[in-house]
Amino acid sequence: MIVPRLALKSLANRWVTALLTVLAIAASVMLLLGVEKVRTGARQSFADTISGTDLIVGARSGSLNLLLYSVFRIGNPTNNMTWKSYEDIAKSPDIAWIVPISLGDSHRGFRVLGTTPDYFKHYKFRRGQQMVFTAGAPFSDLFDAVIGADVAEKLGYKVGDPIVVAHGAGSVAFLEHEDKPFRVSGILAKTGTPIDRTVHVSLAAIEAIHVDWQSGVPDTAHAVTIDRVRTMNLTPKTITAALVGLNSKVATFRVQRAINEYPEEPLSAIMPGVALQELWGLVGTAETALTAISAMVVATALLGMMTMILTTLNERRREMAILRSVGARPTTVLGLLTAEGGLLTLAGVLLGTLALYAALLTMRPVIDRMYGLNLPIDALRPDEWMKLAAIVVAGILAAALPAIRAYRLSLADGMTVRI
Amino acid sequence: MVDATQVLEKRYEGDGASAVAFSNVRFTWPGRTRFTLAIDRFELARGERLLLLGPSGSGKSTFLSLLAGIVAPEAGEVRVLGTGLGKLGGAARDRFRAEHFGIIFQMFNLLPYGSLIDNVTLPLAFAPERRSRVKSEGDPPDVARRLLVSLGLDEDLIERATTAELSVGQQQRVAAARALIGAPQIIVADEPTSALDRDAQAAFLDLLFRQAARAHASVVMVSHDPTLAPYFDRVARLTEIATISRGRAA
Repeated sequence: MIVPRLALKSLANRWVTALLTVLAIAASVMLLLGVEKVRTGARQSFADTISGTDLIVGARSGSLNLLLYSVFRIGNPTNNMTWKSYEDIAKSPDIAWIVPISLGDSHRGFRVLGTTPDYFKHYKFRRGQQMVFTAGAPFSDLFDAVIGADVAEKLGYKVGDPIVVAHGAGSVAFLEHEDKPFRVSGILAKTGTPIDRTVHVSLAAIEAIHVDWQSGVPDTAHAVTIDRVRTMNLTPKTITAALVGLNSKVATFRVQRAINEYPEEPLSAIMPGVALQELWGLVGTAETALTAISAMVVATALLGMMTMILTTLNERRREMAILRSVGARPTTVLGLLTAEGGLLTLAGVLLGTLALYAALLTMRPVIDRMYGLNLPIDALRPDEWMKLAAIVVAGILAAALPAIRAYRLSLADGMTVRI
Repeated sequence: MVDATQVLEKRYEGDGASAVAFSNVRFTWPGRTRFTLAIDRFELARGERLLLLGPSGSGKSTFLSLLAGIVAPEAGEVRVLGTGLGKLGGAARDRFRAEHFGIIFQMFNLLPYGSLIDNVTLPLAFAPERRSRVKSEGDPPDVARRLLVSLGLDEDLIERATTAELSVGQQQRVAAARALIGAPQIIVADEPTSALDRDAQAAFLDLLFRQAARAHASVVMVSHDPTLAPYFDRVARLTEIATISRGRAA
């Protein structure tokens, strides 16, 4: 065991360059696995956002656009669908439930969603999980609001606190519906979906705060008081979209076709899963590019290690000659250098993997809060193990080149190191 | 046991059996500048102490590389302790060297990051028979420690110092201990005294020969210093043994 022990001491003797090499490999491994974690985390977050909804119906537009604005609160609808169309679709015998949603306003950067109390009953996420209230209850009064977990946490709201909704979806509010404030009636438990960053109000409330608005600005001359608005018919004329659950999955295509061919109004009905697949297809190229870049970073780190071993080779020729003089075979010299490369790579892989998990543990809440991305902290998958094994093998191969050179030098040097 | 001083006083008379025999050996270093060494006949007797003289670049190290089987001749035969090295494969030649040779380099070539004991016991990693011989005397690190003490190194120094912290004289002793451990039959030394003053040279050679005599080992030492001649049984110039030719590669 003296030879491996001395090889380790030799490595320890060059600890600065060895450490830098290990750090470079660790950083590249962290990047490679990190990209993979973010990629799968993003996919899982998106896939977990909606569950149990068979169709999403909205004004005629691209399926991705409809999915993004209705479920992920990304972007804006190109058009609304009429309430009459909604009612017509709701009458279909294939439909088990239908929940209207109306978007367009915001509260301190968080989207406001107008809907019915059925939303809390039928909308499901992450393999059929239902929303849970940590405090309060769904809205019962016209100006009640149910807020997501992130809204409550970031703004420090609790049940009973007042909320003023701003007109428009921008993070900076220029016009507010301050004459008709809401009251927090319920706070939802954390879901890891856009629900956490949404203020939910009743559909009638959306209608109520816009009843005295004309062309996007308040009509001060015809202002309507809260008491008066409560007496008015607040059935909306239009909504943004509707989420639909069917009695039978078999009917999905039939209902989808019927909605797409609805004669009264151009509508689109999309299946969330299919639209998500379309999204993956779209972002797949960018994901591949990211993976390719991180693979290049790994290759660069391994090249760095190869350079390190090659540059230290001249200093180490004496060490090799000593080993040869005491009876070490040239293959022992070859093996020692290859093992050194393998060891450095293995150390880099281990350190990079540990650093990634440490970063995930510390950064996860921040990433969740800032980007709404729920990164899972789970064990390495078989394909990730394979990638790490491939990096170690590549490290051994990268060390093989200087090792072969050392092998040749040790054969040619004989007893004297002729540098 | 043979007393080293008696050995020094008594000139070597030979015991009739060769430790090393070269016949019609020819070797060329590969590369642009061709350097060819040819030896028609050379013998070293068991227990003989040979001083091989020659200036730098005269082929002394090439001769030692051939002798130790580190390089193989293109033609001819090198026999060591009755074994033709040419008949051995690369691995067997390396093993043979590990078992039967102790080598001391000009710059001692100690591993700077290893302990003194590590450096001395290193050859045993490649030589099972030599290791067994050492084990019959005790635990290899203990044997190495005793050898270093007998070579004049302080026990405290042996335990605590790394070879990089040693003086030249102390490094020499460690290098000698590495060559002598396990009592190999042939000690090869490549100008081990070139950096020493006269007194230190004498002391080192005395130590080396005393230990070599215990194992009845042959000693081949190459040097450019003819004043060392009185310490040896035989003195030869490389040019008397070998024909050297130089020329550019085609």
